[in-house]
Amino acid sequence: MSRAFIALLVRDLRLAARIGGGGGMAVFFFLVVVAAVPLGIGPAPDLLARIAPGMLWVALLLSSLLTLDRLFQADHEDGSLDLLTMGRLPLELVVVAKAVGHFLTTGLPLVVAAPLLGLMLNLEVAAFPALMLAMLVGAPALSFLGVIGAGLTVGIRRGGLLASLLVLPFYIPVLIFGVGAARAALAGFPDGVAAQSLALLAAVTLASLVIGPVAAAAALRANLR
Amino acid sequence: MSPMTRPSASQRLQAFANPARFMTLSGRLLAPLWLVSLGFLVVGLYFALFASPPDYQQGETVRIMYVHVPSAWLAMFGYSVMAMASAVALIFRHPLADLCAKSAAPIGAAFTFLALVTGALWGKPMWGAWWVWDARLTSVLILFFLYLGYMALWTAIEEPTRAARAAAVLALVGAINVPIIRYSVVWWNTLHQPASVFRMDGPTIAPEMLLPLALMALGFTFLFVTLLLVRMRAEILRHRVRQLRLALAASGAEG
Repeated sequence: MSRAFIALLVRDLRLAARIGGGGGMAVFFFLVVVAAVPLGIGPAPDLLARIAPGMLWVALLLSSLLTLDRLFQADHEDGSLDLLTMGRLPLELVVVAKAVGHFLTTGLPLVVAAPLLGLMLNLEVAAFPALMLAMLVGAPALSFLGVIGAGLTVGIRRGGLLASLLVLPFYIPVLIFGVGAARAALAGFPDGVAAQSLALLAAVTLASLVIGPVAAAAALRANLR
Repeated sequence: MSPMTRPSASQRLQAFANPARFMTLSGRLLAPLWLVSLGFLVVGLYFALFASPPDYQQGETVRIMYVHVPSAWLAMFGYSVMAMASAVALIFRHPLADLCAKSAAPIGAAFTFLALVTGALWGKPMWGAWWVWDARLTSVLILFFLYLGYMALWTAIEEPTRAARAAAVLALVGAINVPIIRYSVVWWNTLHQPASVFRMDGPTIAPEMLLPLALMALGFTFLFVTLLLVRMRAEILRHRVRQLRLALAASGAEG
């Protein structure tokens, strides 16, 4: 069973690397979104520094949303999703493999790229560790909540937009606690505040690790009957 | 395949039997329910608009509360009806539960919208702004998004049974998430605006104001139930029309 799980994960990573350009495309999108912000609101450094954590988080959310519809859609179109549902690997674990693959190809590269973009937005270096840690803790939640939307909209034409609409409300706690950790470090609050939002973020992530696969598998079963 | 076909046939029988009983029962209940909800609303509005005193601070604008607060309450009530019906539909495969969840969504969304609009109208004279990023307002807005997403999913999936199942999963995930979202929004707001912009729970409410509020809340709740029944009946009739059309198309194809 674990061999099937790893095989599926490796297959997804390989597909992402060869067709989707791996994490490169996600990082490029991230860069473009962040580059658009100073053009939109003006280049004042202190203003950019103030909104940098929030902007980086929103960019992370957007790039996560944009890649959701490919999670199951491609497999649904070529029929391999039917094979996956009939295989011995429980559908919940299939979803876990998909979500982990999504995190490794979109979430993780962005976390690595975040300090560079933080420098471009004039973010104080003191806030980097908290911001990166929060992104590392919160990004899995984005993938594991995202699979719910992807599972619900599989087989719907133009399902990507709908999936974003369905999932975005679920992302709000992740956004709030993720930005909270970086903001607290930025404002020089005592460590307790940053630690509090990090702990809450971790709680949301842990809950999503359970809710996401179960709900997405139920959604897939409903959609593929 | 035979163990698969037998429960589905009995399910279809049950699905046919239950809505029929529901139609006769709800048909008898509908007229009294309309009467009761309209009665409460008329009496409640009289007390709210004429027979209750203006607030000593807010003046006449306090009367918006008698529409605003019951709407906000029914926004939550509607979502819990939807979530509970979805749970019943997923667990017991009860055909009426799906219809109940589907019918509750637009009514709940309408009350949520009403709560947001009356909130904005009340907010302008009170806090000087149509919209404030207060924890309560924000979480109601997100609740509205959840309603819209649920309704969008229903319309996006063509086949009714598939749509029902997927929408039920979404409603349940939403029900788990609503408290988390609400808590996170409260946390966010208290972190960034230590001095609260306004307090809903100032002095305890006066009895002269409590009476119209209670009447309006009862009227709104009865109105919700009545509209829910009307919508469910419409859904059942729509289902029958669909079945007839399909049968007609099938016989036409044969002949």
